[in-house]
Amino acid sequence: MLEIIATAFIATGAVFFIAGTVGLLRFPDIYCRLHALTKADGLGLALIALGLALMANSFGEVFRILLIWFFVAVASATGSHLIASHARLVDRVHENDPDRERQT
Amino acid sequence: MSDPFLLFDLLLAGAVIALAIATLTVRDLFAAIILFVIFGLLSALAWVRLSAPDVALAEAAIGTGVTGALLLKTLHHLRYVTGSLGTNAVESLSPVQPVPAGVSWANAAFCGLITLGLATAFLGAPHAGPGLEGLVAEAMPASGVSHPVTGVLLNFRAYDTLMEVVVLLAAVIAVWQIERGLSDAPAPALGEVWEGFARLTLPAIIVVGTYLLWKGSEAPGGAFQGGAVLAAVGLMLLLSRLYVPRPAHRAVARWAFVLGTGVFAGVALLVASGGRVAFEYPLEHAKTLILLIEGLVTISIAVTLAALFHGREPVAVPAERGDNDA
Amino acid sequence: MTPDLIYGLTGIAVFAIGLVGALCAQDRLRRVLALKLCSVGAGFLLVVGAWRTPSAAPDPVPHALVITGIVVMVSATAVALALIRRLKSLEAEDDD
Repeated sequence: MLEIIATAFIATGAVFFIAGTVGLLRFPDIYCRLHALTKADGLGLALIALGLALMANSFGEVFRILLIWFFVAVASATGSHLIASHARLVDRVHENDPDRERQT
Repeated sequence: MSDPFLLFDLLLAGAVIALAIATLTVRDLFAAIILFVIFGLLSALAWVRLSAPDVALAEAAIGTGVTGALLLKTLHHLRYVTGSLGTNAVESLSPVQPVPAGVSWANAAFCGLITLGLATAFLGAPHAGPGLEGLVAEAMPASGVSHPVTGVLLNFRAYDTLMEVVVLLAAVIAVWQIERGLSDAPAPALGEVWEGFARLTLPAIIVVGTYLLWKGSEAPGGAFQGGAVLAAVGLMLLLSRLYVPRPAHRAVARWAFVLGTGVFAGVALLVASGGRVAFEYPLEHAKTLILLIEGLVTISIAVTLAALFHGREPVAVPAERGDNDA
Repeated sequence: MTPDLIYGLTGIAVFAIGLVGALCAQDRLRRVLALKLCSVGAGFLLVVGAWRTPSAAPDPVPHALVITGIVVMVSATAVALALIRRLKSLEAEDDD
């Protein structure tokens, strides 16, 4: 029974990852893509971690899975923030440079 | 065909090959580096499938993590020097020159021959024959550790590992000499969110690195994986400018570079002076000696990798100091 | 079709791609990337050589060799990248 629930969690997580990837490929600009990736993958990661934790053999394993989930979530949030702030910086450079704007 | 992992293996192999091609064909160099990092991580995953977790850890931490940081740092420097920093320059940074047709054909023939030879050798080689694992398993009780890869690295083939640490030392000396007097590209400001992230994760990275080192005697892990994880601490300190290298720190850095090699060679000489072959540790002290070597080598690896990332030797007045005796 | 055959052929393919790139790429950074691909391809072949059956323990000696190779490769990459940075700075000075 527990295994079926865990598999369901992991499968749902995988669906969210696929949705995030589709968003990454289909959305028009970098901000929309980041939105799709961070939202969908954050949820997908949590679901997969939950599914794996249900299947773990010992409390130590559950604890380690929780730690991995926490640090991956924090790292992906920080990474997305850095990508978005860099993209804004580049956009501003482009706004001040009309030649470049026309080229792209 | 009933193996449920077969589909996974085929998909993973296809992804690895596709990423390798994409790394070399994509126009933007930044994208090439990111694709290379993904390629390295998927290769590490494939190596886990081939029951080589030690190699996978080393590839993920050193071959992909540290190398990716080195590549991105170099790209940042190149863009700074050519003045294309902060723009989304997608052009390849060196101009493409035409190649004579004869050279292209010779290259193609050479690559084809090598690949054909490799494939013939691989397909013709006896598969899954007995290798050295029997010998290693027999000798494991005398090695002082219980994890075979660590036993091979630190005991049976310790000369290799000693030379490997010497190569790292040579690399950092070479980089300091090459970059002497070079002006540094300004580090990008990463903002408060990054600093908070660094403060939150630094203690955790230190714990993980030490854990990998400690665990190495009985399970996958060890000096190189732990050292690479600890090098990440150095990279984060450098990037968040919580630590700025100063000329006065060079002496400490040099000692840290040499520490691992020195202790490793020192233990070998000490063992040899007792009438044994170098690295034939006395059994009752084997584990202590291996842990001592591993611990100090880890410190050296971490400091050396961080120094390789920082690159330039921290000298006071870069252009005027050609006469110091480094 | 066993994992060792699949990943062995993958390793050969990756090595070949890296070799073509190292010979044909004109950008210096991309050549370094191509050589890195070659080293990972060689690593694949050694790890495949160490693999036995899914249940049997693998041969630890090739594993140790690959770990050594990874560390040597990062040292070589670091020196190559330092040379690239230096060359680019010298070229930029000449242009001014």
